[in-house]
Amino acid sequence: MTSLLKNSELSIEKADKIVSETLNSCDDGELYIEDTKSETIVLDDNKIKSSNYTSDLGYGFRAVTGDTVAYSHSNEISEKSLKNSSDNLKSTLKNNSGTYNSEIKKTNQKLYKDIDPIESKSMKSKIELLNNMNEYARSKDSSVKQVTASLLAEKKNIEIIRSGGELLSDNRPLVRINMSVMVEKNGRKETGVYGIGGRQDYDEYLKNDNWKKVCDEAFRIANTNIESKPSPAGEMKVVLGPGWPAILIHEAVGHGLEGDFNRKKTSAFHDLVGKKVASKGVTIIDDGTIDNRRGSLNIDDEGTPTERTVLIEDGILKNFMQDRLNARLMNTKSTGNGRRESYKHVVMPRMRNTIMLGGTNTQEEMIKSVDKGIFAVSFGGGQVDITSGKFVFNCTEAYEIINGKVGAPIKGATLIGDGPSSLKEILMVGNDMMLDPGIGTCGKAGQGVPVGVGQPSLLINNMTVGGTQL
Amino acid sequence: MIKDQDYLKKIADICLSKSKKLGSTDASILVQSSVSENINVRNKKLDGSERSENLGVVLTTYLGKKKSSIASSNLKESNLNELVDRCIETMKITPEDEYNSLPDKDLHFSGLKDLDLYDGTHLSNEDKINYIKEAEDEAFSNNKIVNTNGSGFGENKSNFLLANSNGFSDGYKTSQFTAYCEVVSKSNGSMERDYEYTSKRFYNDILKPKELGSIAADHAVKKLNPKKIKSEKISLIFDKRISKNFLSIFASAISSSAIAKGTTFLKDKLNQKVFNTEININDRGDIKKANGSRYFDSEGIGIINLDLIKNGILQDYLIDTYNGKKINRKSNGRASGTTNLYFENGSKTFSELIKSEKKLLYIKETIGHGTNIINGDYSVGASGIMIENGEFSYPVSEITIAGNLNNIFQNITLADDLEFNYSTNSPTMHVEGMIVGGK
Repeated sequence: MTSLLKNSELSIEKADKIVSETLNSCDDGELYIEDTKSETIVLDDNKIKSSNYTSDLGYGFRAVTGDTVAYSHSNEISEKSLKNSSDNLKSTLKNNSGTYNSEIKKTNQKLYKDIDPIESKSMKSKIELLNNMNEYARSKDSSVKQVTASLLAEKKNIEIIRSGGELLSDNRPLVRINMSVMVEKNGRKETGVYGIGGRQDYDEYLKNDNWKKVCDEAFRIANTNIESKPSPAGEMKVVLGPGWPAILIHEAVGHGLEGDFNRKKTSAFHDLVGKKVASKGVTIIDDGTIDNRRGSLNIDDEGTPTERTVLIEDGILKNFMQDRLNARLMNTKSTGNGRRESYKHVVMPRMRNTIMLGGTNTQEEMIKSVDKGIFAVSFGGGQVDITSGKFVFNCTEAYEIINGKVGAPIKGATLIGDGPSSLKEILMVGNDMMLDPGIGTCGKAGQGVPVGVGQPSLLINNMTVGGTQL
Repeated sequence: MIKDQDYLKKIADICLSKSKKLGSTDASILVQSSVSENINVRNKKLDGSERSENLGVVLTTYLGKKKSSIASSNLKESNLNELVDRCIETMKITPEDEYNSLPDKDLHFSGLKDLDLYDGTHLSNEDKINYIKEAEDEAFSNNKIVNTNGSGFGENKSNFLLANSNGFSDGYKTSQFTAYCEVVSKSNGSMERDYEYTSKRFYNDILKPKELGSIAADHAVKKLNPKKIKSEKISLIFDKRISKNFLSIFASAISSSAIAKGTTFLKDKLNQKVFNTEININDRGDIKKANGSRYFDSEGIGIINLDLIKNGILQDYLIDTYNGKKINRKSNGRASGTTNLYFENGSKTFSELIKSEKKLLYIKETIGHGTNIINGDYSVGASGIMIENGEFSYPVSEITIAGNLNNIFQNITLADDLEFNYSTNSPTMHVEGMIVGGK
């Protein structure tokens, strides 16, 4: 019945036996087996610079009792190796004993097709696509001096064996198309980066010459920045564009609402459930169930079906995002947020697609209402300090706003804010909710997982802008 | 147990001979084996243990100027055969790139391996737990420390073999012992976290647990009840754990890949003054027991020591074979990046440095990824401590610091307190006139 152990020296019966025998005296745990194939092709400096194909197969064996987690992983799939792991887990937990919780929700959720995006497009046509992207981007203007384009596809098949022999599985495709353009004009250099992707075949994302739009967008951002002037420094009003700028939500409140930090009481939000943490009209969800999205999963990496979790409703903090361990210790249920980068990593509560729902204002109204501020359209990365609540993110496309009008583009600035207070500073919520184009990767404790974000345009009363112009 | 050289060699031979048989003109292969054991403790109680055994192979095949790579953790011969087939098939349809080749044979490493990079010491889980408990105990002896984010101890052993069809075949074992302690302080409604971290190749070289705990506690307590300051132009002092980041930025700006593509603000700056004349930067791979030391890079090229900056002048780039060909330079063994990269000591003491101006902002932490290598723009979130008349006065947070690296590099003054704690190391750093964004 299992496919991942099919060609290995470990039979499913033997695996079952070792798993049950190890986990019977524990509160929770599972054997997680993962088979990942991935392919990256990069065009850089006019040449196909690299084509890498990776095939990774391994298991992670986890036993949990109380709040102690024992984990052992290996890429040698054999009875001997699994027994070694079992001994290792037992020796860590030797002084603890628990009662195995075999309850796990069932699902028939099919949010994406069981396809292999690496095989469904030929190497030849992938190379041709990259060459076309390179030529097209360079033909846009003689100021385009450098182009990097890349294609990433992955097929990750996972299987979870729980004590008692229950087997759960998920087959997850993922692709990403990236473009970076460097423009040089009048001695200045600027880049623009854009990408698209999700859990479908490349061709779904390439319909209607969509790859040209990816190139257009990267070029447009670079070309805008070449005209940019130094960014102002200090506190001011900020209008955020819809879509990808929702990484503000991800950093400002998302991480702070992950179950582990709140169970450990190290999050600035840990004692705020039921309290007002955002302006009225602000509703934020974490949704793992949107078809084909980068952050969507049929089941999480513990086997729990994903769901649409309401985090903040009309300004009030409702729920944290939970995996099984933190849910149990906080007397609640997993929300299907238990994720890991791979079999080499322990499960933690992680975001899926984190979205602020739309409101009633227009972007035009927001800009009109600002005397002096900035209009931030696109961002690079962000980061947060969970405990103090301080978060930052870096603008890759932003403009000044003067007397209700969008003015000149400004140089990449860092915005810094305070998570628990910044959402109370939201003055208007736009009617233009948009999801990001499918390129986000979230890092936590050294583990990267694909995520999505979304939001409407927002007007924030006060944020600190890190520019050079006083 | 990590695999021995004989085992790694056997895997390498299977792949190299199979690639040759299938028609590749050249090939290179890396086979790695590692075992790591990590312990996490929270509030003096075992939080988790993790043991990982990793095996991996990376094969690159060439057909003239065509190239393709595969990587796998599944080292069963049947799987390897399948993957080599796939690598060769892909290689055949990949366009030629005139710069593709194996490294220059004459530059292959050959010599003594006497740098002491492996410590066979093995700590039982009990010993690891005891070390960390002692560190947390010490941190909690500070009454403002109320919680921990988790503290941990890790032991990593690895072995690798690098081989290519030009006859290079070499490898060696390395070890790494790492401990960290991250604690939460609380006072008057303010909650802050901070950490201390130690990582060395030899167990005896890491910080003693009491030191680790007390430094972490001290950092976290000093951050409590911060103020936000007004936006202003002010000189900054960068703590050693932050000042070293400027070296990493410098290293990426002089990588031959960025130089060849023109995507760096230091393009065309060779033999020019990039820093002020007081500044010297070296990259040495031959320091005994040091974290960044290695005998050869990921292409098998022997490491030579580089004086990258001498009296402020840029002397060299970090060069690998492929990008070296693009800029007509031979590799200097930096395909895996820098080794032990450091600023030489400056002439001022730490105390002279913090007394050098009436008002200075001491930066202890930066947050965010606001460095643009292409044009040198720098803008990050930060927190630290205000220094007034040479005395640390109050913590500062939720500010940004910004400038352009071309100016920042010219305005650096260094203290004389360099230590080799990481693979990239800097003394305490003073940078004149940066813009702080605050209220």
